[in-house]
Amino acid sequence: MKVQNNHAWWLVLPVFALVAFSAILPMMTVVNYSVQDIFDPTTRFFVGTDWYEKVLTDPRLHDSLLRQFIFSACVLAIEIPLGIAVALSMPTKGRWASLCLIVLAIPLLIPWNVVGTIWQIFGRGDIGLLGWALNALGFSYNYAADTLDAWVTVLVMDVWHWTSLVALLCYSGLRAIPDVYYQAARIDRASSWAVFRHIQLPKLKSVLLIAVMLRFMDSFMIYTEPFVLTGGGPGNATTFLSQTLTKMAVGQFDLGPAAAFSLIYFLIILLVSWLFYTAMTHGDQNR
Amino acid sequence: MNARKLVVLLAYVLFLLVPIYWLLNMSFKSNTEILGGLTFWPQQFTLDNYRVIFTDRSWYSGYLNSLYYVCLNTVISLCVALPAAYAFSRYRFLGDKHLFFWLLTNRMAPPAVFLLPFFQLYSSIGLFDTHLAVALAHCLFNVPLAVWILEGFMSGVPKEIDETAYIDGYSFPKFFLRLFLPLIRSGIGVTAFFCFMFSWVELLLARTLTSVDAKPIVSVMTRTVSASGIDWGVLAAAGVLTILPGVLVIWFVRNHVAKGFALGRV
Repeated sequence: MKVQNNHAWWLVLPVFALVAFSAILPMMTVVNYSVQDIFDPTTRFFVGTDWYEKVLTDPRLHDSLLRQFIFSACVLAIEIPLGIAVALSMPTKGRWASLCLIVLAIPLLIPWNVVGTIWQIFGRGDIGLLGWALNALGFSYNYAADTLDAWVTVLVMDVWHWTSLVALLCYSGLRAIPDVYYQAARIDRASSWAVFRHIQLPKLKSVLLIAVMLRFMDSFMIYTEPFVLTGGGPGNATTFLSQTLTKMAVGQFDLGPAAAFSLIYFLIILLVSWLFYTAMTHGDQNR
Repeated sequence: MNARKLVVLLAYVLFLLVPIYWLLNMSFKSNTEILGGLTFWPQQFTLDNYRVIFTDRSWYSGYLNSLYYVCLNTVISLCVALPAAYAFSRYRFLGDKHLFFWLLTNRMAPPAVFLLPFFQLYSSIGLFDTHLAVALAHCLFNVPLAVWILEGFMSGVPKEIDETAYIDGYSFPKFFLRLFLPLIRSGIGVTAFFCFMFSWVELLLARTLTSVDAKPIVSVMTRTVSASGIDWGVLAAAGVLTILPGVLVIWFVRNHVAKGFALGRV
C-alpha cells in the first residue's frame, strides 16, 4: 500500500511547473483567441461564443472531422490485429529476437517528414518501386491524382510506420506471461487457438489498451506524413483535422475559428483518453 | 518456430525494409540515373549526394542542431521526471490521480493546436530560434511519457529497499542517487531512448520555433525543392542520414527495450 504523504508534492513540483509552462499558458492563449476577433496586435473585439457557433456549422470542418474518424478507425482495425500477429511470430530469445526488435523499431525512429518522403518516392510511378510495379502489373495507380489511391497510400504508410509499436508492446506483454501457464496448457492439450484465446489474449489486455490508446491519439493528430506525401490532396481527400486547423490559423489567419475548433478537437481527444484511462486503471484494481 | 510464424514475420520484415532499401538505393545514384529509368541497384555508384551534405555547412549544421536539442530535451525530461515518478510510485498525495491524468493529456494534445501560442510565448521571452526553446517545447509530450515509463519501472522495485535504507541512516538524496537510481538503470536507459525518439522524429514544433540558428535537419530537408525541381539524390541521402542516429540509439538499449515497450508495467 502506498503511504499518504502530501510532501510528495515537492517532488512533483518541477514537472508540474515545466508542463504547466508549456501547456497551460499556450492553452489559455488559445482560449483567448477563441472568444475574440483579432485584426492586428492592437485591434481586437470580444465576440463571445460566435466562433464556436460558426465552427460547429462549418461543413469543411465536419468533413475533415469525419475523414479523421474514418482514418483512425481504419488504422486501428488494421494495425492492432497485424501487430498481435507479428508479436506472436517473433522469436522469443537469442540473437534473432534482438535483431527483430531492432528492425521493428526502425520505422519508429525515422523523422515523420522523412517517412512521408520515403513513401512519396516509393509510390511514384516513374522513380518509385511501388508505383512502378503496380503500373507494370496493369493497375493504374497514381496517389497524387486518384482519391482512393491517395487514401490507400496514406493508410499503408501509417501501417508501415506504426504497426511496429503495437507489435513491440504486445511482444513485451507476451514475454511477461509465466511459463507455468503454457505448461498447464500443454497438460490440458490445448490447441494453439485456445492458448491464444484463453491465456495470451487476456494477459495482453492491459498492454493492448495502451496500444489502442496511443494509436488512436497519434492517428487522430496525424499531420506531417500526409502533408509531405499528398499535401492533403487530391482535392481535400487526405486533409485531416490537424492540417485543416493549421491552414486556418497560419494560412488564412482565421485565428478565432481555428482556436475555437482546436479546443473542441482537444476536448474530443480528452474525452476518449479519459475513457481509456478509466478502463485501464479499473483493470488494475481488479487484478 | 513453425513455418507459418516464419512466413508472417518474414513478410512483415520485408514490408518494412523494402521502402528503406529504396531510399538507400536512391541515395547512391546520380539525379540523371534516378530520373533516367528504374534501376534496382545503383548502376553508377556515387557518394556525391553525401558529399554535398557533409561539405555544406547549412546541411550538416541541421544535424548538429537537431542532436543538440534532442539531447537537451532528454536530459531535462529525465531530471524532472525522476523525482516525480518516485513520488507517484511511492506516495499517495492530494490530487495525485488527477495530476497523473492531466500529465497524460498533454501527451495527447495535438501539436497543431499549440503552434501559434508557442511561437508567441517563446518569442515574448526571447527564446525564439534557440535550442532551448525546442527542447522545452518537446517536454510537453516527453515529460509525461517519461513519468509514465519511470513510474512503471519504479513500482517494480520493492518498497522494503527504501525502508531498509532509511533505517540504515541514508538521507533521501543519498538514498535516491546512490541506491535507487542504479536499481532502475535499465528503466532510465529505456526512458532516455523514448525521449530521444519522440524528440528526434517531431517536425511541426521544431520547425515553428526556429528560423536560422537552431534550424533542425527536418526543416533543412525542404531545401531540396528548388526552381529546377527536386534534388532527389540529396533528399534521399539526407533521409538515410536521419535514420542512422535512431538505429544507433536502439542498439544500446536492445536488451531492455522489450520491457521498456511495456512502459515498465508488465
